[in-house]
Amino acid sequence: MKWVRGTNSALMGLVIMLQPLNGAASDYEFSAKVGFEQRLFVDDGQYSDQLEDTQASVFIEPEFYWSWSEGSDSLTFKPFYRQDEFDQERSHFDIRELSYIHVSNNWELRAGIRKEFWGVTEFQHLVDVINQTDGVEDFDGEDKLGQLMLNLSLVQDWGIVDLYLLPGFRERTFGDESSRLRAPLVVDTDHILYESSEEEKHLDLAVRWSHSIGDFDIGSYWFQGTNREPVLTPKFEGGTVVLSQYYSQMDQFGFDAQATLGDWLWKFETIYRSTKADDFWAAQGGFEYTYIGVYESSVDIGLLAEYAWDSRGDDDVAGAGVGAQDDLFLGSRIAFNDMQSSEVLFGLGVDLDHSALSVLVEANRRIGESFKVSLDLRLFQSSESSDPLYSIRDDDHLQLAVEYYF
Amino acid sequence: MFNKRNISAIFTVFALSMASHSESSEIAMTQDAEQLGLQISTEAKVRDTGWLDNTSDMLMILRNRQGQESTREIRSKTLELLGDGDKSLTTFDKPRDVKGTSFLSFSHTVGNDDQWLYLPSLKRVKRISSRNKSGPFMGSEFSFEDLSSFEIPKYSYKYLGDEEIQGLDSFKVEQYPVDKNSGYTRRIVWIDKAEYRVLKIDFYDRKNSLLKTLSYSDYKQYLNKFWRADLALMTNHQNGKSTQLQWSNYAFKTGLNDADFNRNTLKRAH
Repeated sequence: MKWVRGTNSALMGLVIMLQPLNGAASDYEFSAKVGFEQRLFVDDGQYSDQLEDTQASVFIEPEFYWSWSEGSDSLTFKPFYRQDEFDQERSHFDIRELSYIHVSNNWELRAGIRKEFWGVTEFQHLVDVINQTDGVEDFDGEDKLGQLMLNLSLVQDWGIVDLYLLPGFRERTFGDESSRLRAPLVVDTDHILYESSEEEKHLDLAVRWSHSIGDFDIGSYWFQGTNREPVLTPKFEGGTVVLSQYYSQMDQFGFDAQATLGDWLWKFETIYRSTKADDFWAAQGGFEYTYIGVYESSVDIGLLAEYAWDSRGDDDVAGAGVGAQDDLFLGSRIAFNDMQSSEVLFGLGVDLDHSALSVLVEANRRIGESFKVSLDLRLFQSSESSDPLYSIRDDDHLQLAVEYYF
Repeated sequence: MFNKRNISAIFTVFALSMASHSESSEIAMTQDAEQLGLQISTEAKVRDTGWLDNTSDMLMILRNRQGQESTREIRSKTLELLGDGDKSLTTFDKPRDVKGTSFLSFSHTVGNDDQWLYLPSLKRVKRISSRNKSGPFMGSEFSFEDLSSFEIPKYSYKYLGDEEIQGLDSFKVEQYPVDKNSGYTRRIVWIDKAEYRVLKIDFYDRKNSLLKTLSYSDYKQYLNKFWRADLALMTNHQNGKSTQLQWSNYAFKTGLNDADFNRNTLKRAH
């Protein structure tokens, strides 16, 4: 019944949506960020056709926001475009957000292209499943493509229930042959294979419950639809070997919890995924401890440790996403709490089954009122060809980004 | 609230009678000063009770020793809760790189507050530790505890005397934070006798040295009852920095309720 009501509201919403254009009492905001990014690679790439030392790019992300009916209705439009010096796949456009929200006292309806984040851990986002990874943006998988959805959110005394209809699957983005930080073979982005005969038009479903009880924040969900992680298989295409993408159907159960106990944050995420090929469990858990005001200064130091486990273990080398089956992550976040919000993040990932190591250092600060500068260093080490890091072991790089906000 | 006052009044009478038995007038005077300090602070709190909810805009101007400035623009909604701390939702408009970043807080009179941070670029809601009372708020001279709502059980009290300040006859009350994580040993608060408004606060650090002074000015009365300052200036005596707060668009009894303060409202605070 609630869905019917929700759908009606969506239609009503579309009608109401035209109102701000008529000049009714509404609120309009525009903001944007533009950025320049330069990557400096220490070594030459392992594969021919890869770009050499430097990779420059620029991006723009404006945001248009309208709200009316005293904030009960709003519309957000956030397109994104990046132009890369070499990688034609990385030069890409995406609608990060084109979404309408209608709010009532204990429910809200969100319709359109949106991003939804789930989870609590820092080094890997196992339970975060709604949006596809925008893989060309960065290799850490934190950037996401906008996902078309109809989301009804119900606020109850016993938590928030979110119901999702997700039409229109998005394929993961992969760099072309010029890109660094890639597998030995280039991923074919033209011929995509799906398990479902409806292919990318398969309607995915999800339902999530989340709640805060005292010091605990917990969430649990069930997702049924197209697996966001493709299975990559080598094949001949036009005389060369490329990786073809295959997207299976999956059922996934997820659970995440955080306990906030004084200076300690305890975090845990787990998923159970069932596909035609295999069923598996994976988990990520750990803590974040913050030491506030080091030596009576205003500097805070956070210490992070997380462990990743995957029931597939080492066996499934061809399987996607088994990068973290027995991995330890350590990190430190230093917040200077100064006028410029200066921050440094150190991270270390160790694969305990293979001799593989990745190190990252991220530093950023505001310059003046509208600029932000960040400097990232990423180092990889791997000596076993079966490890996912092996293919990017020569891609150590420094990344400088300058962003301007207006 | 009244029960609590009655109980402490009974306690004081008992303490005073004990004191007179031991013929130590000094203890009696100490008890008197503590009782008076509590009474003045309680009266200030009682007079600022019953506004139900409010919304306001805040401009924060940070100045360093060289006179360089940096500004933050913050909008806030607060729901008054009797019997527990307030609920508040705070959203940043500036600096622009944190535009849309929002902060949900359920404060508690006893124990740690519940706090969530929303990061719009990641669309991520993070439950954060509220232990950080003494740390600076957005690089300013205000710490988190300076900006949290005043609640009687958060301090113990001592009346120090009367003093004229800003041309107003005022009480001078010393307040000792109960929370071990407070960045202060004590604060001295000047409260005017006519309207029980806080005019000035001196903050003493963990080594008991004068750290900061906060001065409120341009008080305006809303709904014929509630006084709010338009301006506040926090000066740090130890590092030479200062932070000025300018409030505007104050509104009370706007009809906010519990449903305006949850994860969903945090995510769409704009």
